[in-house]
Formats: sequence, structure tokens, C-alpha cells
Amino acid sequence: MSHDAKSPAHAHPTGATYLKVAVILTVITIVEVWAYYIPALVASPLFNPSLIIMSAAKFAIVVLFYMHLKYDHKLFKALFTGPLIIAGATIIALLFLFAKISL
Amino acid sequence: MASHAIAGHDDGHAHTHHTTTGLDNRKIAIWAFIGSECMLFASLISTYLIYKGKSLVGPYPHTEYTDASGKVFPAILDIPVTSASTFVLLMSSLAMVLALQAVQLKGTPLPANAGWWTRAQRSSQLWLGMTALLGASFLGFQAYEFTAFVREGLTIKTNLFGSTFFTLTGFHGAHVTVGVLWLMSLLWIDRTRGLGPQDELVVDIAALYWHFVDVVWIVIFTLIYLIQ
Repeated sequence: MSHDAKSPAHAHPTGATYLKVAVILTVITIVEVWAYYIPALVASPLFNPSLIIMSAAKFAIVVLFYMHLKYDHKLFKALFTGPLIIAGATIIALLFLFAKISL
Repeated sequence: MASHAIAGHDDGHAHTHHTTTGLDNRKIAIWAFIGSECMLFASLISTYLIYKGKSLVGPYPHTEYTDASGKVFPAILDIPVTSASTFVLLMSSLAMVLALQAVQLKGTPLPANAGWWTRAQRSSQLWLGMTALLGASFLGFQAYEFTAFVREGLTIKTNLFGSTFFTLTGFHGAHVTVGVLWLMSLLWIDRTRGLGPQDELVVDIAALYWHFVDVVWIVIFTLIYLIQ
């Protein structure tokens, strides 16, 4: 394996891309908070899933672009996504176990 | 995982570590650490979610509570303040990634017609300082929130919401505090001897930690503050 974490070929986005990402993150956050103040939306069964999807999108955007995982070595991707999957599965398993969610 | 450095040399600019993976061990270590932190916060978030809605007495996060004496406790979460602190932390991630870029760009020739933005993009001190300042502001918001909660009758001992809320957000705040101290030490190094492209990995590792703290807050903000 010859890829080096400090290699010049280790491409990163430009400053303009970072600014666009910040705008996207801000817009998603505004939409989340706006939805919180609309009673009809809060009462909807789609409210919680929508918030979780928006939160997951923000999470993924930061990890892929600001943490450069999109451009980084696959070992780093494995070191992050492996524990992340275990962590997510642990949360879901515990919520089932304590009957906070059910099928 | 093969992680032993088999050679190293000092060329006057940087230490190069040759490893069997071809990757710097310090970067592997920070990603492994971040992976372990995912599981730490998963346990804290699970605990919060399991006990959510099980408090026998108020104050409650999203609904009003009246105790036996008739005292009314309003919903305790202050969404506007927390939204502002969330925005501050998101912008600190932008500043951090620009600090890393500034370190990478140091030494490259500046175009003759460079505007203020092009010049600003090369100032690692500006962006490191900005990131530390925004991080400290986030901690200020958290200190304000915690003291307001205590004044309104919610402590870590009041109910299950208080216990799980203060534990989860307190752990996150402790991580932010470590991040701010780390950034301030980098800023101090930058001011004394200057950070350059040879220090890219050192700044990158701090940046990864800082962005992780940000993504954890993204999850906390939705699960605690917005989902009712």
C-alpha cells in the first residue's frame, strides 16, 4: 500500500466547497428548527423520521467533506463506519429491549 | 493492525514515518479513537432515550409541569438559544477546515491580484483563533443553559431527564473544552514558530477531533432538543 495520508495526491475540496457545505448545513438546521415551531408538522407521524433524516444528512456531510472521509483512505473509512454501525445497532437494540420502539 | 514505524528521519522540515500500511500511525490512531468515541456517545444517547418520558417529577423538556403545591414549571428546553449555539458550533467546523487549508497553502505563491478572501484563506492564525473563539462561545451558551436550568429547578438529581441530560451534554461539553484547549495550543505554536505544510497532519488530527465533536452535537440537537 503506497497511499500516504500526507500525500500531495490526497485531494481536498476548495474553500468555495467548504463555504457551500456550511450554507447547506445552515439551511438544514433552519428547516429543522422551523419545523419544530409548526404544530401541524410536529403532530405528523413523519415529523420524527424527517428530523432524523435531516440530522443524518448533516452528519454525513460533515464527515464526508469536513473530515475528508470521502477523499481519504479506505482504512480510515472502515475505522469510522465499523464502530458507527455497531453504535447505531446498539442504540436500536437497546430501544427494542426497553420497549421504546416495536415492530 | 501493523503499526510499527520501521524508519524515520528528520529532513529539517518533517518527520516521515514509514509504516507497513503506508499510513501515518497518528492518523490511524485518531480515527480509531473517534470510532471508540462513537460507542461512548451511543451508550449515553441510548441511556437518554431509554429514560425519555419516564421522569416522575418535572421540570420536563417539552411540556409544562405543575407540582403538588401548584407551582408551574414551564417546558425547560430553550430552543432559540440552543439553535444559536448549534449554528455557532457548525460555523466553528467551517473555521477549522479553513484553518487546515491555510496550513496546507502556506508557502505557495500568492497571486499578484489576490483579494482579501484569498489572503484570509492563508491565515491559519485567523481560522484557528476563530475556531477556538466559536468553541468557547458554544461553551458559554452551555454554561448559560445549565445555570438557567438549575435556577428553574432542574439539576442532575431532580429526575431522570435531568440525570441523563446533564450527563450526555456534560460529556459533550467536556469534549468541546478539550478541543478548545487543543486549538489554543495549536494557535500558540502558530504564533511562536509558525505552522506550515509540514504540520498538516498535526492540524488535521485536531480538526478530525473537532469535527467529531460537531457531528455528535448534530445528533444531540435533534434527539434531545427537537424530537418531542
